[in-house]
Amino acid sequence: MSTTALAPAAGVRRTSGWQAFGWFSFAFLIASQAIAIAISPPDRDMGDLQKIMYVHVPAAWMTMLAPLAVLMFAMRYLWKRREEDDLIAASAAEVATVFSGLTLLLGMIWARPTWGVWWTWDPRLTSTLVLFLILASYLALRALVDERERRAQWSAAVGVLGAINVPIVYLSVRWWRTIHQIQSSPATVDPAYVIGLRLNAFALLFVMVYFIRRRYEAALLERAAEHAAETMALGGSNGR
Amino acid sequence: MTSLRADWRRARAIAWKDLTTERRSKAGFNGVVALAVTILVMFGFALGPDAQAIRDGASGAIWLAALFAGVLAFNRSYQVELDGGALEQLILYPGSRRAIFAGKLLANFAFVALMLVVVTAVGGVLFQVQIPAEWPILLVIFFLGALGLVTLGTFYAAMASRSRAREVLLPLLLFPMLVPVLLASMEATKALLGGNVMGDAGAWARLLAAFDVVFFVATFLAFESVIEV
Repeated sequence: MSTTALAPAAGVRRTSGWQAFGWFSFAFLIASQAIAIAISPPDRDMGDLQKIMYVHVPAAWMTMLAPLAVLMFAMRYLWKRREEDDLIAASAAEVATVFSGLTLLLGMIWARPTWGVWWTWDPRLTSTLVLFLILASYLALRALVDERERRAQWSAAVGVLGAINVPIVYLSVRWWRTIHQIQSSPATVDPAYVIGLRLNAFALLFVMVYFIRRRYEAALLERAAEHAAETMALGGSNGR
Repeated sequence: MTSLRADWRRARAIAWKDLTTERRSKAGFNGVVALAVTILVMFGFALGPDAQAIRDGASGAIWLAALFAGVLAFNRSYQVELDGGALEQLILYPGSRRAIFAGKLLANFAFVALMLVVVTAVGGVLFQVQIPAEWPILLVIFFLGALGLVTLGTFYAAMASRSRAREVLLPLLLFPMLVPVLLASMEATKALLGGNVMGDAGAWARLLAAFDVVFFVATFLAFESVIEV
Protein backbone atom coordinates (compact mmCIF):
# COMPACT_ATOMS: atom_id res chain seq x y z
CA MET A 1 0.00 0.00 0.00
CA SER A 2 1.50 3.25 -1.03
CA THR A 3 -1.07 5.24 0.93
CA THR A 4 0.35 7.01 3.94
CA ALA A 5 -0.40 5.17 7.14
CA LEU A 6 -3.03 6.76 9.30
CA ALA A 7 -2.58 7.77 12.89
CA PRO A 8 -3.34 4.89 15.25
CA ALA A 9 -6.77 4.66 16.84
CA ALA A 10 -5.60 6.60 19.87
CA GLY A 11 -5.41 9.77 17.81
CA VAL A 12 -8.98 9.38 16.63
CA ARG A 13 -10.76 9.98 19.92
CA ARG A 14 -13.04 12.92 20.14
CA THR A 15 -11.50 15.97 21.71
CA SER A 16 -13.53 17.80 24.29
CA GLY A 17 -13.11 20.96 22.24
CA TRP A 18 -15.18 19.54 19.40
CA GLN A 19 -17.77 18.22 21.80
CA ALA A 20 -18.15 21.67 23.30
CA PHE A 21 -18.38 23.11 19.82
CA GLY A 22 -21.23 20.69 19.06
CA TRP A 23 -23.18 21.78 22.13
CA PHE A 24 -22.54 25.42 21.27
CA SER A 25 -23.69 24.91 17.66
CA PHE A 26 -27.01 23.39 18.60
CA ALA A 27 -27.63 25.91 21.39
CA PHE A 28 -26.85 28.69 18.92
CA LEU A 29 -29.21 27.16 16.36
CA ILE A 30 -32.08 26.93 18.86
CA ALA A 31 -31.46 30.51 20.04
CA SER A 32 -31.25 31.83 16.47
CA GLN A 33 -34.49 30.12 15.49
CA ALA A 34 -36.21 31.51 18.58
CA ILE A 35 -34.94 35.04 17.96
CA ALA A 36 -35.80 34.92 14.25
CA ILE A 37 -39.32 33.68 14.88
CA ALA A 38 -39.89 36.12 17.73
CA ILE A 39 -38.68 39.34 16.12
CA SER A 40 -39.99 38.93 12.57
CA PRO A 41 -43.53 40.14 11.86
CA PRO A 42 -45.83 37.88 9.83
CA ASP A 43 -45.30 38.38 6.11
CA ARG A 44 -48.00 40.37 4.30
CA ASP A 45 -48.73 37.60 1.80
CA MET A 46 -47.44 34.46 3.42
CA GLY A 47 -48.14 35.13 7.09
CA ASP A 48 -46.26 32.80 9.41
CA LEU A 49 -45.41 30.53 6.50
CA GLN A 50 -42.47 32.85 5.93
CA LYS A 51 -40.80 31.41 9.08
CA ILE A 52 -39.69 28.37 7.10
CA MET A 53 -37.25 30.74 5.39
CA TYR A 54 -35.02 30.60 8.48
CA VAL A 55 -34.24 26.95 7.87
CA HIS A 56 -34.72 26.71 4.13
CA VAL A 57 -32.52 29.60 2.99
CA PRO A 58 -29.55 28.91 5.33
CA ALA A 59 -29.78 25.21 4.41
CA ALA A 60 -29.61 26.21 0.74
CA TRP A 61 -26.51 28.29 1.45
CA MET A 62 -24.87 25.32 3.17
CA THR A 63 -25.82 23.21 0.15
CA MET A 64 -23.56 25.50 -1.85
CA LEU A 65 -20.76 25.57 0.72
CA ALA A 66 -20.48 21.86 1.52
CA PRO A 67 -19.76 20.74 -2.07
CA LEU A 68 -17.04 23.41 -2.18
CA ALA A 69 -15.45 21.60 0.76
CA VAL A 70 -15.72 18.34 -1.20
CA LEU A 71 -14.03 19.98 -4.19
CA MET A 72 -11.26 21.46 -2.06
CA PHE A 73 -10.40 18.28 -0.20
CA ALA A 74 -10.78 16.07 -3.28
CA MET A 75 -8.31 18.27 -5.14
CA ARG A 76 -5.97 18.28 -2.17
CA TYR A 77 -6.18 14.49 -2.10
CA LEU A 78 -5.25 14.27 -5.78
CA TRP A 79 -2.37 16.61 -5.10
CA LYS A 80 -0.96 15.25 -1.83
CA ARG A 81 -2.48 11.74 -1.73
CA ARG A 82 -3.18 11.90 1.98
CA GLU A 83 -5.97 9.59 3.03
CA GLU A 84 -7.28 12.06 5.60
CA ASP A 85 -8.26 14.45 2.81
CA ASP A 86 -10.27 11.72 1.13
CA LEU A 87 -12.11 10.99 4.35
CA ILE A 88 -12.87 14.68 4.96
CA ALA A 89 -14.15 15.04 1.38
CA ALA A 90 -16.39 12.00 1.92
CA SER A 91 -17.68 13.41 5.21
CA ALA A 92 -18.40 16.75 3.55
CA ALA A 93 -20.22 14.95 0.73
CA GLU A 94 -22.41 13.09 3.23
CA VAL A 95 -23.30 16.32 4.99
CA ALA A 96 -23.85 18.07 1.63
CA THR A 97 -26.28 15.31 0.63
CA VAL A 98 -28.23 15.82 3.84
CA PHE A 99 -28.33 19.59 3.42
CA SER A 100 -29.35 19.49 -0.23
CA GLY A 101 -32.06 16.96 0.59
CA LEU A 102 -33.21 19.19 3.42
CA THR A 103 -33.22 22.23 1.15
CA LEU A 104 -35.35 20.42 -1.44
CA LEU A 105 -37.77 19.04 1.14
CA LEU A 106 -38.20 22.35 2.97
CA GLY A 107 -38.55 24.15 -0.33
CA MET A 108 -41.33 21.79 -1.37
CA ILE A 109 -43.14 22.28 1.94
CA TRP A 110 -42.87 26.02 1.40
CA ALA A 111 -43.78 25.91 -2.29
CA ARG A 112 -46.99 23.95 -1.87
CA PRO A 113 -48.95 26.62 0.07
CA THR A 114 -47.30 29.65 -1.60
CA TRP A 115 -46.95 28.60 -5.26
CA GLY A 116 -49.65 25.94 -5.16
CA VAL A 117 -47.31 23.21 -6.44
CA TRP A 118 -44.78 20.90 -4.82
CA TRP A 119 -42.33 21.32 -7.62
CA THR A 120 -41.53 23.66 -10.50
CA TRP A 121 -38.70 23.37 -13.02
CA ASP A 122 -37.04 26.54 -11.83
CA PRO A 123 -33.26 26.63 -12.50
CA ARG A 124 -32.37 26.78 -8.83
CA LEU A 125 -34.68 23.95 -7.88
CA THR A 126 -33.58 21.80 -10.78
CA SER A 127 -29.87 22.34 -10.27
CA THR A 128 -30.22 21.62 -6.53
CA LEU A 129 -31.94 18.37 -7.44
CA VAL A 130 -29.19 17.45 -9.91
CA LEU A 131 -26.58 18.34 -7.27
CA PHE A 132 -28.37 16.02 -4.85
CA LEU A 133 -28.24 13.24 -7.45
CA ILE A 134 -24.54 13.83 -8.13
CA LEU A 135 -23.80 13.66 -4.40
CA ALA A 136 -25.87 10.50 -4.09
CA SER A 137 -23.90 8.89 -6.92
CA TYR A 138 -20.64 9.93 -5.22
CA LEU A 139 -21.76 8.16 -2.05
CA ALA A 140 -22.92 5.13 -4.05
CA LEU A 141 -19.50 4.90 -5.69
CA ARG A 142 -17.83 4.92 -2.29
CA ALA A 143 -20.17 2.24 -1.03
CA LEU A 144 -19.57 0.00 -4.04
CA VAL A 145 -15.77 0.17 -4.16
CA ASP A 146 -13.97 -1.71 -1.41
CA GLU A 147 -10.32 -1.21 -2.20
CA ARG A 148 -9.16 1.82 -0.24
CA GLU A 149 -6.79 3.57 -2.63
CA ARG A 150 -9.09 2.95 -5.57
CA ARG A 151 -12.07 4.32 -3.66
CA ALA A 152 -10.13 7.42 -2.69
CA GLN A 153 -8.83 8.17 -6.18
CA TRP A 154 -12.10 7.49 -7.93
CA SER A 155 -14.23 9.45 -5.55
CA ALA A 156 -11.80 12.36 -5.75
CA ALA A 157 -12.16 12.38 -9.55
CA VAL A 158 -15.95 12.04 -9.34
CA GLY A 159 -16.07 14.76 -6.69
CA VAL A 160 -14.06 17.24 -8.75
CA LEU A 161 -16.01 16.58 -11.95
CA GLY A 162 -19.30 16.75 -10.09
CA ALA A 163 -18.37 20.10 -8.58
CA ILE A 164 -17.38 21.45 -12.01
CA ASN A 165 -20.71 20.29 -13.34
CA VAL A 166 -22.91 22.12 -10.84
CA PRO A 167 -22.57 25.64 -12.32
CA ILE A 168 -22.84 24.13 -15.82
CA VAL A 169 -26.10 22.42 -14.90
CA TYR A 170 -27.40 25.67 -13.45
CA LEU A 171 -26.45 27.58 -16.59
CA SER A 172 -28.03 25.07 -18.95
CA VAL A 173 -31.24 24.73 -16.96
CA ARG A 174 -31.59 28.50 -16.67
CA TRP A 175 -31.21 28.78 -20.39
CA TRP A 176 -33.70 26.03 -20.96
CA ARG A 177 -36.20 27.80 -18.71
CA THR A 178 -35.72 31.38 -19.86
CA ILE A 179 -36.35 30.36 -23.45
CA HIS A 180 -39.73 28.99 -22.49
CA GLN A 181 -40.85 31.11 -19.60
CA ILE A 182 -39.85 34.24 -17.76
CA GLN A 183 -38.13 33.47 -14.51
CA SER A 184 -39.76 34.71 -11.33
CA SER A 185 -37.69 37.43 -9.71
CA PRO A 186 -36.35 36.71 -6.23
CA ALA A 187 -38.29 38.58 -3.56
CA THR A 188 -36.41 41.39 -1.91
CA VAL A 189 -35.93 40.73 1.76
CA ASP A 190 -37.16 43.22 4.33
CA PRO A 191 -34.59 44.27 7.00
CA ALA A 192 -36.85 42.81 9.70
CA TYR A 193 -36.07 39.36 8.34
CA VAL A 194 -32.39 39.86 7.65
CA ILE A 195 -31.10 39.48 11.22
CA GLY A 196 -32.89 36.18 11.71
CA LEU A 197 -31.56 34.95 8.37
CA ARG A 198 -27.97 35.90 9.17
CA LEU A 199 -28.06 34.38 12.66
CA ASN A 200 -29.42 31.14 11.30
CA ALA A 201 -26.91 31.06 8.48
CA PHE A 202 -24.12 31.10 11.07
CA ALA A 203 -25.97 28.58 13.23
CA LEU A 204 -26.28 26.11 10.35
CA LEU A 205 -22.68 26.78 9.34
CA PHE A 206 -21.55 25.73 12.82
CA VAL A 207 -23.82 22.70 12.73
CA MET A 208 -22.45 21.77 9.31
CA VAL A 209 -18.83 22.03 10.43
CA TYR A 210 -19.67 19.96 13.49
CA PHE A 211 -21.44 17.32 11.40
CA ILE A 212 -18.50 17.06 8.99
CA ARG A 213 -16.14 16.69 11.93
CA ARG A 214 -18.27 13.96 13.52
CA ARG A 215 -18.56 12.04 10.24
CA TYR A 216 -14.81 12.40 9.76
CA GLU A 217 -14.20 10.95 13.25
CA ALA A 218 -16.51 8.07 12.38
CA ALA A 219 -14.67 7.52 9.11
CA LEU A 220 -11.32 7.46 10.92
CA LEU A 221 -12.65 4.90 13.39
CA GLU A 222 -13.97 2.76 10.55
CA ARG A 223 -10.58 2.98 8.90
CA ALA A 224 -8.84 1.99 12.11
CA ALA A 225 -11.18 -0.99 12.45
CA GLU A 226 -10.53 -1.99 8.84
CA HIS A 227 -6.82 -1.69 9.44
CA ALA A 228 -7.01 -3.84 12.56
CA ALA A 229 -9.02 -6.47 10.72
CA GLU A 230 -6.48 -6.51 7.91
CA THR A 231 -3.60 -6.90 10.34
CA MET A 232 -5.41 -9.78 12.02
CA ALA A 233 -6.12 -11.43 8.68
CA LEU A 234 -2.47 -11.17 7.71
CA GLY A 235 -1.52 -13.09 10.83
CA GLY A 236 -0.23 -10.21 12.91
CA SER A 237 -2.75 -10.94 15.64
CA ASN A 238 -0.35 -10.16 18.47
CA GLY A 239 -1.20 -6.45 18.59
CA ARG A 240 0.97 -5.20 15.75
CA MET B 1 5.81 16.47 -30.30
CA THR B 2 7.05 12.98 -31.09
CA SER B 3 5.51 11.66 -27.86
CA LEU B 4 2.21 13.25 -28.81
CA ARG B 5 2.40 11.52 -32.17
CA ALA B 6 3.27 8.23 -30.47
CA ASP B 7 0.29 8.66 -28.14
CA TRP B 8 -1.96 9.29 -31.08
CA ARG B 9 -0.66 6.12 -32.75
CA ARG B 10 -1.35 4.15 -29.56
CA ALA B 11 -4.84 5.61 -29.27
CA ARG B 12 -5.57 4.64 -32.85
CA ALA B 13 -4.27 1.14 -32.27
CA ILE B 14 -6.51 0.69 -29.22
CA ALA B 15 -9.52 2.07 -31.07
CA TRP B 16 -8.79 -0.21 -34.02
CA LYS B 17 -8.48 -3.23 -31.74
CA ASP B 18 -11.81 -2.45 -30.04
CA LEU B 19 -13.59 -1.86 -33.30
CA THR B 20 -12.16 -5.00 -34.88
CA THR B 21 -13.34 -7.09 -31.94
CA GLU B 22 -16.74 -5.51 -32.30
CA ARG B 23 -16.86 -5.96 -36.06
CA ARG B 24 -16.00 -9.63 -35.84
CA SER B 25 -18.59 -10.52 -33.23
CA LYS B 26 -21.22 -7.87 -33.97
CA ALA B 27 -23.13 -9.21 -30.96
CA GLY B 28 -22.64 -6.03 -28.99
CA PHE B 29 -23.61 -3.61 -31.70
CA ASN B 30 -26.64 -5.56 -32.86
CA GLY B 31 -27.88 -5.95 -29.32
CA VAL B 32 -27.41 -2.32 -28.45
CA VAL B 33 -29.09 -1.07 -31.63
CA ALA B 34 -32.00 -3.46 -31.16
CA LEU B 35 -32.41 -2.10 -27.63
CA ALA B 36 -32.29 1.50 -28.87
CA VAL B 37 -35.02 0.81 -31.43
CA THR B 38 -37.13 -0.95 -28.79
CA ILE B 39 -36.79 2.08 -26.52
CA LEU B 40 -37.90 4.32 -29.39
CA VAL B 41 -41.02 2.20 -29.90
CA MET B 42 -41.75 2.37 -26.16
CA PHE B 43 -41.41 6.16 -26.27
CA GLY B 44 -43.89 6.14 -29.13
CA PHE B 45 -46.41 4.42 -26.87
CA ALA B 46 -45.64 6.78 -23.99
CA LEU B 47 -46.07 9.92 -26.08
CA GLY B 48 -49.40 8.77 -27.43
CA PRO B 49 -50.95 8.31 -30.82
CA ASP B 50 -51.37 12.05 -31.40
CA ALA B 51 -49.09 12.90 -34.36
CA GLN B 52 -48.16 16.37 -33.11
CA ALA B 53 -47.29 15.14 -29.59
CA ILE B 54 -45.13 12.40 -31.09
CA ARG B 55 -43.35 14.87 -33.35
CA ASP B 56 -42.71 17.23 -30.41
CA GLY B 57 -41.25 14.42 -28.36
CA ALA B 58 -39.08 13.05 -31.17
CA SER B 59 -35.80 14.78 -30.27
CA GLY B 60 -36.07 13.78 -26.61
CA ALA B 61 -36.92 10.20 -27.50
CA ILE B 62 -34.02 9.87 -29.95
CA TRP B 63 -31.46 11.23 -27.50
CA LEU B 64 -32.73 9.21 -24.56
CA ALA B 65 -32.77 6.02 -26.64
CA ALA B 66 -29.16 6.74 -27.64
CA LEU B 67 -28.28 7.37 -23.99
CA PHE B 68 -29.87 4.22 -22.57
CA ALA B 69 -28.37 2.04 -25.29
CA GLY B 70 -25.02 3.84 -25.10
CA VAL B 71 -24.64 3.04 -21.40
CA LEU B 72 -24.40 -0.63 -22.31
CA ALA B 73 -21.72 0.07 -24.90
CA PHE B 74 -19.52 2.04 -22.48
CA ASN B 75 -19.34 -0.72 -19.89
CA ARG B 76 -18.79 -3.30 -22.63
CA SER B 77 -15.77 -1.46 -23.97
CA TYR B 78 -13.87 -2.18 -20.73
CA GLN B 79 -15.62 -5.45 -19.98
CA VAL B 80 -14.04 -7.25 -22.92
CA GLU B 81 -10.59 -6.37 -21.59
CA LEU B 82 -11.43 -7.14 -17.98
CA ASP B 83 -12.76 -10.58 -18.88
CA GLY B 84 -9.53 -11.40 -20.65
CA GLY B 85 -7.44 -9.88 -17.85
CA ALA B 86 -5.91 -7.57 -20.44
CA LEU B 87 -6.54 -4.16 -18.92
CA GLU B 88 -3.56 -4.45 -16.57
CA GLN B 89 -1.24 -5.24 -19.45
CA LEU B 90 -2.65 -2.35 -21.37
CA ILE B 91 -1.90 -0.04 -18.45
CA LEU B 92 1.61 -1.45 -18.09
CA TYR B 93 2.54 -0.63 -21.67
CA PRO B 94 4.91 2.32 -21.95
CA GLY B 95 3.44 5.66 -22.90
CA SER B 96 0.78 7.89 -21.49
CA ARG B 97 -2.40 6.32 -20.10
CA ARG B 98 -4.30 9.12 -21.77
CA ALA B 99 -3.74 7.23 -25.00
CA ILE B 100 -5.89 4.43 -23.56
CA PHE B 101 -8.65 6.90 -22.83
CA ALA B 102 -8.35 8.49 -26.26
CA GLY B 103 -8.46 5.07 -27.92
CA LYS B 104 -11.49 3.91 -26.00
CA LEU B 105 -13.11 7.26 -26.67
CA LEU B 106 -12.53 6.97 -30.40
CA ALA B 107 -13.92 3.44 -30.55
CA ASN B 108 -16.94 4.32 -28.41
CA PHE B 109 -17.55 7.39 -30.54
CA ALA B 110 -17.59 5.32 -33.72
CA PHE B 111 -19.93 2.86 -32.02
CA VAL B 112 -22.34 5.51 -30.74
CA ALA B 113 -22.23 7.50 -33.99
CA LEU B 114 -23.19 4.43 -35.98
CA MET B 115 -25.93 3.64 -33.50
CA LEU B 116 -27.18 7.24 -33.71
CA VAL B 117 -27.47 6.91 -37.49
CA VAL B 118 -29.79 3.93 -37.09
CA VAL B 119 -31.70 5.47 -34.18
CA THR B 120 -32.23 8.75 -36.04
CA ALA B 121 -33.38 7.01 -39.20
CA VAL B 122 -35.83 4.78 -37.33
CA GLY B 123 -36.90 7.64 -35.04
CA GLY B 124 -37.43 9.91 -38.03
CA VAL B 125 -39.77 7.40 -39.61
CA LEU B 126 -41.61 6.35 -36.43
CA PHE B 127 -42.07 9.89 -35.15
CA GLN B 128 -42.93 11.36 -38.55
CA VAL B 129 -40.12 13.88 -38.52
CA GLN B 130 -39.33 15.88 -41.64
CA ILE B 131 -35.67 16.36 -42.40
CA PRO B 132 -35.04 20.10 -42.02
CA ALA B 133 -33.35 22.18 -44.69
CA GLU B 134 -30.54 22.92 -42.21
CA TRP B 135 -29.55 19.28 -41.95
CA PRO B 136 -25.81 20.05 -41.90
CA ILE B 137 -26.36 21.89 -38.60
CA LEU B 138 -28.27 18.87 -37.36
CA LEU B 139 -25.23 16.74 -38.19
CA VAL B 140 -23.00 19.11 -36.20
CA ILE B 141 -25.37 18.89 -33.23
CA PHE B 142 -25.39 15.10 -33.39
CA PHE B 143 -21.61 15.12 -33.56
CA LEU B 144 -21.28 17.43 -30.55
CA GLY B 145 -23.96 15.62 -28.55
CA ALA B 146 -22.43 12.22 -29.23
CA LEU B 147 -18.99 13.56 -28.28
CA GLY B 148 -20.25 14.80 -24.91
CA LEU B 149 -22.10 11.56 -24.26
CA VAL B 150 -19.12 9.40 -25.20
CA THR B 151 -16.55 11.50 -23.32
CA LEU B 152 -18.37 11.27 -20.00
CA GLY B 153 -19.54 7.72 -20.68
CA THR B 154 -16.06 6.40 -21.42
CA PHE B 155 -14.67 8.16 -18.37
CA TYR B 156 -17.24 6.90 -15.86
CA ALA B 157 -17.28 3.41 -17.35
CA ALA B 158 -13.55 3.14 -16.53
CA MET B 159 -14.63 3.16 -12.89
CA ALA B 160 -18.07 1.55 -13.02
CA SER B 161 -16.96 -1.46 -15.06
CA ARG B 162 -14.38 -2.34 -12.40
CA SER B 163 -16.71 -2.03 -9.43
CA ARG B 164 -19.47 -4.13 -7.93
CA ALA B 165 -22.96 -3.49 -9.35
CA ARG B 166 -21.59 -1.83 -12.48
CA GLU B 167 -24.97 -1.93 -14.23
CA VAL B 168 -26.36 0.35 -11.56
CA LEU B 169 -23.34 2.48 -10.89
CA LEU B 170 -22.70 3.71 -14.43
CA PRO B 171 -26.13 5.27 -15.04
CA LEU B 172 -26.14 6.60 -11.49
CA LEU B 173 -22.83 8.39 -12.05
CA LEU B 174 -23.38 9.31 -15.67
CA PHE B 175 -26.95 10.57 -15.98
CA PRO B 176 -26.76 13.54 -13.57
CA MET B 177 -23.45 14.56 -15.15
CA LEU B 178 -24.98 14.42 -18.61
CA VAL B 179 -27.84 16.79 -17.82
CA PRO B 180 -26.25 19.82 -19.55
CA VAL B 181 -25.10 17.87 -22.62
CA LEU B 182 -28.43 16.12 -23.08
CA LEU B 183 -30.45 19.26 -22.47
CA ALA B 184 -28.45 21.18 -25.05
CA SER B 185 -28.58 18.32 -27.58
CA MET B 186 -32.30 17.80 -27.19
CA GLU B 187 -33.15 21.50 -27.34
CA ALA B 188 -30.94 22.11 -30.36
CA THR B 189 -32.43 19.12 -32.18
CA LYS B 190 -35.93 20.18 -31.21
CA ALA B 191 -35.35 23.73 -32.42
CA LEU B 192 -34.13 22.44 -35.77
CA LEU B 193 -36.89 19.89 -36.26
CA GLY B 194 -39.47 22.49 -35.26
CA GLY B 195 -38.35 24.86 -38.01
CA ASN B 196 -35.64 26.67 -36.03
CA VAL B 197 -37.75 29.17 -34.11
CA MET B 198 -35.69 32.19 -33.00
CA GLY B 199 -32.48 30.57 -34.20
CA ASP B 200 -32.08 28.71 -30.91
CA ALA B 201 -30.37 25.75 -32.51
CA GLY B 202 -27.15 27.64 -33.23
CA ALA B 203 -26.97 29.08 -29.72
CA TRP B 204 -27.59 25.67 -28.14
CA ALA B 205 -24.97 24.14 -30.43
CA ARG B 206 -22.39 26.70 -29.27
CA LEU B 207 -23.28 26.00 -25.64
CA LEU B 208 -22.98 22.27 -26.34
CA ALA B 209 -19.55 22.79 -27.88
CA ALA B 210 -18.46 24.70 -24.76
CA PHE B 211 -19.70 21.89 -22.48
CA ASP B 212 -17.88 19.35 -24.64
CA VAL B 213 -14.59 21.22 -24.31
CA VAL B 214 -14.93 21.52 -20.51
CA PHE B 215 -15.77 17.84 -20.02
CA PHE B 216 -13.17 16.70 -22.56
CA VAL B 217 -10.36 18.55 -20.80
CA ALA B 218 -11.55 17.59 -17.31
CA THR B 219 -11.87 13.88 -18.09
CA PHE B 220 -8.52 13.78 -19.87
CA LEU B 221 -6.84 15.31 -16.84
CA ALA B 222 -8.65 13.06 -14.36
CA PHE B 223 -8.31 9.79 -16.30
CA GLU B 224 -4.80 9.07 -15.11
CA SER B 225 -5.84 8.88 -11.48
CA VAL B 226 -8.84 6.74 -12.37
CA ILE B 227 -7.08 4.09 -14.43
CA GLU B 228 -3.88 3.70 -12.40
CA VAL B 229 -5.62 2.01 -9.46
